[in-house]
Amino acid sequence: MPGIIEADDLTKTYNNLEAVSHIRFSVRKGEIFGFLGPNGAGKTTTMRMIECVSPRTSGTLSVFGMDPENNPAEIKLRIGVVPQESNLDPDFTCAGNLLTYARYFDIPPKKAEKQVKDLLDFVSLTEKRDVAIDKLSGGMKRRLILARALINNPDLLILDEPTIGLDPQARHLIWERLRLLQTEGHTIVLTTHYLDEAARLCDRIVIMDNGRILVEGKPADLIRDHVGSEIVETDNSPEVISCITDMGLPHEIAGDQVLVETGASRELAKTLLDRCRTGRVIARPATLEDVFLKLTGRNLRE
Amino acid sequence: MQSIWSVPRVSWRGINVWKRNLEVFCKTWKVNFFPPFIEALLYLFAFGLGLGTYVGAIEGVPYVSYIAPAILAITAMNSAFFECTYGSYVRMYYQKSFDAIIATPLSIEDVIAGELLWGATRSVISVTIMLPVLAVFGVISMPSSLLAIPLAFLAGLTFAGIAMCFTAITPSIDTLNYPAFLFITPMMLFSGTFFPLSILPEILQYIALAVFPLTHTVALMRMATLPFTDALLPLHIVWILVATIIFCVISINLMRRRLIV
Repeated sequence: MPGIIEADDLTKTYNNLEAVSHIRFSVRKGEIFGFLGPNGAGKTTTMRMIECVSPRTSGTLSVFGMDPENNPAEIKLRIGVVPQESNLDPDFTCAGNLLTYARYFDIPPKKAEKQVKDLLDFVSLTEKRDVAIDKLSGGMKRRLILARALINNPDLLILDEPTIGLDPQARHLIWERLRLLQTEGHTIVLTTHYLDEAARLCDRIVIMDNGRILVEGKPADLIRDHVGSEIVETDNSPEVISCITDMGLPHEIAGDQVLVETGASRELAKTLLDRCRTGRVIARPATLEDVFLKLTGRNLRE
Repeated sequence: MQSIWSVPRVSWRGINVWKRNLEVFCKTWKVNFFPPFIEALLYLFAFGLGLGTYVGAIEGVPYVSYIAPAILAITAMNSAFFECTYGSYVRMYYQKSFDAIIATPLSIEDVIAGELLWGATRSVISVTIMLPVLAVFGVISMPSSLLAIPLAFLAGLTFAGIAMCFTAITPSIDTLNYPAFLFITPMMLFSGTFFPLSILPEILQYIALAVFPLTHTVALMRMATLPFTDALLPLHIVWILVATIIFCVISINLMRRRLIV
C-alpha cells in the first residue's frame, strides 16, 4: 500500500543552493514520522513542500496520492499544520482564532462552535476561551496552535518543532496529546531538534544534514546499528587517550570528553578506572543524540 | 517563474479573508466610524466657510459644492490605499497572518484577492459615512450622489491594487512612506480636486489625465454629485476599469513572487 506521503528524488533549490537534495522517503498511515537534523538541514523546507506552500524544484511528491502542484486545496483540506513560529491572529481571542480558521476550511458555524469547545478542552485552554492572544504564555500559544491545526480533523498533522521553547510540563502535555491523536488514527509528521522527543514519540525517523537524508529507521534500531547499546564517557587527557588507544578501543573525542561505544559499559568503566586511572567515568545507555552527533558531526551550525 | 502578467488563479475562498477583516473592523467600529465623519465636517468648515468665502464659485458652481466630490474621491483613495499598504503589510509581515492562512485551503492568490476586496470595501464604508453629512449641508445632490457608492468601490479597487503593488515590493514598513508622499499627496493636490485642471500648464494636465487615477475618480464623482455628464465620461470609466484590472493582476503576481519561495 502506498504511503500517505511519497517523496522520490525530491529537490528544492533556492538561489542555486540545494536546500533539499534528492531525498526519498515514505510516510505510512497512522505512524509518527520524525525529521531530525541540525539547523539548515532542510527539514522545514521539506515540511513546506508537503504543506503545498512551497513548490518543489524537481523530483516527485505525492500527499494522499495527489500532487501538491495540482491539487493544493484538496490536500490542504486534509492536513493540519503547526508552524515553527507562532502566527496566531492577534486581532482575535483564543476562540476567535479557531473560529476564523474553521471558516477557511468551510466548516459550518454550528459545527465549528462545537469543534472549538472540544479542542479548547483537548489542549486544556477552556478557561482562556475569550482571552486575547498576547495574554497567553508561550506554552499556551503552542497548545492553541495545536488546537488550530486540528480544527479540520486532519488525516495528516505536520508539526515543525512542536515543543520548541516549552517547559517540561508543557512538553509532556504536547507529547501525550500527540500520542492520543495517533491512537485516534491521525498520521503525524514532525521535525525536532530534541532527540529525546524523537526517541519517545516517533515510530520512524530520518536524520537529515545539508539537504540529504543520512539514515532512516526506528530510533532503537538506529542507536543499535550506529553506536551500539551503551556509552562510556571519561575525561579527555593525553594519558587517558593513550591508555584507551593501547587497549585498542575505538573512541571519539568530544571537547573535554572521550566517548567509547560498547556493549558492556559497567565492565568497561571499571577497567578504565583500574587501568587508566581516570578521574571521572560515566556509563550510560546510548541515545539518539549519540547517533545524531556521530552522523552530523559536532561543528556548530548557523 | 510566473510572469507578473499571468492571470492569477483566484477562487471564491478569498471571501473568507474579506470576512476576517470585516469582523476585526466591526469589533472596533466606534474607532473606525468617526474619522470619515469628522473628516467630512473638517473639510466642509475649512473649505466651505474658510476658502469658499473668498473663492465664491468655480465654473458656476459654489466652491463648497465643487470640492465636495473631491472630498469623496480623496477619501475613497486614502481608505483603500492605506488599508492595502500599512494594513496589509502589518498583517503580512508582523502578524504572519498570510502564512497562517495559506496553510489552509486558501492560496496566496485567494488571500491577496480578499485583501484587495477589503481595501475597496473600506472605501465604500468611508464614502457611505460621508455622504449623509455632505447631503445634510446641501453640498451634493440626491439621489444621483448615491452613485458615489459604486464609484467608491471601483476606485477603491484601483487604489487597493496600486497599494498592494507597493506592499509587494517594499523592503520595510518605513519605505511605504515614499509612495504615500511622492504619489498620494501630489495626486491629492493636482487631480482637479480643489481647483480645475484647466488652470494648470497643459503638460501637467496631460500628466494628470494619463497617470493619476484620482483625476478620473474626481471627475466621475463630480458628475455624480452635481450632477452632469460630458463627453469624457466613457474615457474616465474605461481608464479606471483598465487600471483596476492591470494593478490588481500585477499586485497578486508580485505578492506571490514575494511570499511563495
